[in-house]
Amino acid sequence: MSAPDPPYDYPAYRSTQLRAPKMPLWPLPFGLADRYGPVFGPSQLGPGDNDLTQGHPGEPLGERVIVSGQALDSAGRPLRHQLVEIWQANAAGRYCHKMDRHPAPLDPNFTGAGRCLTDDEGRYRFVTIKPGAYPWQNHDKAFRPAHIHFSVFGTSFVERLVTQMYFPGDPLLDIDPIFQSIRDRRAAERLVSKYDTATTVHNWALGYIFDIVVGGRAATPPDA
Amino acid sequence: MSSPATPSQTAGPFVSIGTTWLAGANLADVPGPAAVEVTGTVTDGAGAPVTDAMLEFWQADSEGHFPPETADGWTGFARLFTDTEGRYRLVTVKPGPPRASLGAQVAAEAPHIAVSIFARGLLQRLVTRVYFPGEPANVADPALSALSPELQERLVAQAGATGASGRQVYHFDVHLQGERETVFFAPW
Repeated sequence: MSAPDPPYDYPAYRSTQLRAPKMPLWPLPFGLADRYGPVFGPSQLGPGDNDLTQGHPGEPLGERVIVSGQALDSAGRPLRHQLVEIWQANAAGRYCHKMDRHPAPLDPNFTGAGRCLTDDEGRYRFVTIKPGAYPWQNHDKAFRPAHIHFSVFGTSFVERLVTQMYFPGDPLLDIDPIFQSIRDRRAAERLVSKYDTATTVHNWALGYIFDIVVGGRAATPPDA
Repeated sequence: MSSPATPSQTAGPFVSIGTTWLAGANLADVPGPAAVEVTGTVTDGAGAPVTDAMLEFWQADSEGHFPPETADGWTGFARLFTDTEGRYRLVTVKPGPPRASLGAQVAAEAPHIAVSIFARGLLQRLVTRVYFPGEPANVADPALSALSPELQERLVAQAGATGASGRQVYHFDVHLQGERETVFFAPW
């Protein structure tokens, strides 16, 4: 099975041109630092940290969604009590960041950052609003498909993953260089969340499922 | 049963929104010379500073142990952001040579700090290592010794003058491209 990750050098995504390394990557002999990983605990998180619609004077504008899923290692084992962080644009497609110059409104009731620890089964859950698509300067009429950035810590350094979750049926996926940088189409499709009636809450929010599998040889037992 | 891995995507230019809450430049809760500073600049292929990068550092404590097998308070992890000049500065303790307290059989490694780099234009993180000058264990380190002397030299921090704090300063620049492109590893 080929690695699902995109190449560093992907000219259609212009920012790679001066940032993708030109030398081949060197193999890293599996050392002790790679076998362990940082440990985060509940004391570092607040009770509402996984609800991006809270913490402000009012409710954010937009379509309320519940994004949940299970995080596994490459052997299919749940990633228990691991840190998951997300960040995203608001419903109008604007990030709460001083470098975002998109002339769409900021939402005083939305920052767009959340985090949680997975539970005993590796499950996580966020309440947020569906982010809007937004323009960027990569090419003429470039718009990013709606997405939520995800950061996941596995149990070891080699399992660290930062990725993006997309929404089903988005026509921009077919022409987005960042999504299209993943050569294996089936692998790319794993970044597209699925609408889910079971986690949809009546009269309140749509449910989307996004399961995450972190790679890495740390899934191999230490004595193998 | 094996599960197909979720592919990586770039952290993008606005990574700090979701990640600054965990940022901290200081791994070493010790005063003065017991701590060291690791500092440098991240530059792109045009030599321009990379001002929107997130760096994560991961290292053993001074005895070579990793969490959860370390004394209380040692996390081994620091997350920083480059500033408007592409610079970063980490205060830490010099790691000891990694020790296997789980009985794992691994080749002897030299003291080092593992570094992950996330930024716009990086579809996956980049992984490199900071080694320290004058370490006898560098000669036999499995990752370092596989490289040519010229490439090895790029991974060994340069000892600078002792800072005003009394701490030893080590310089470690990251070149994403160019004649002195940093050695990056495939950590999988």
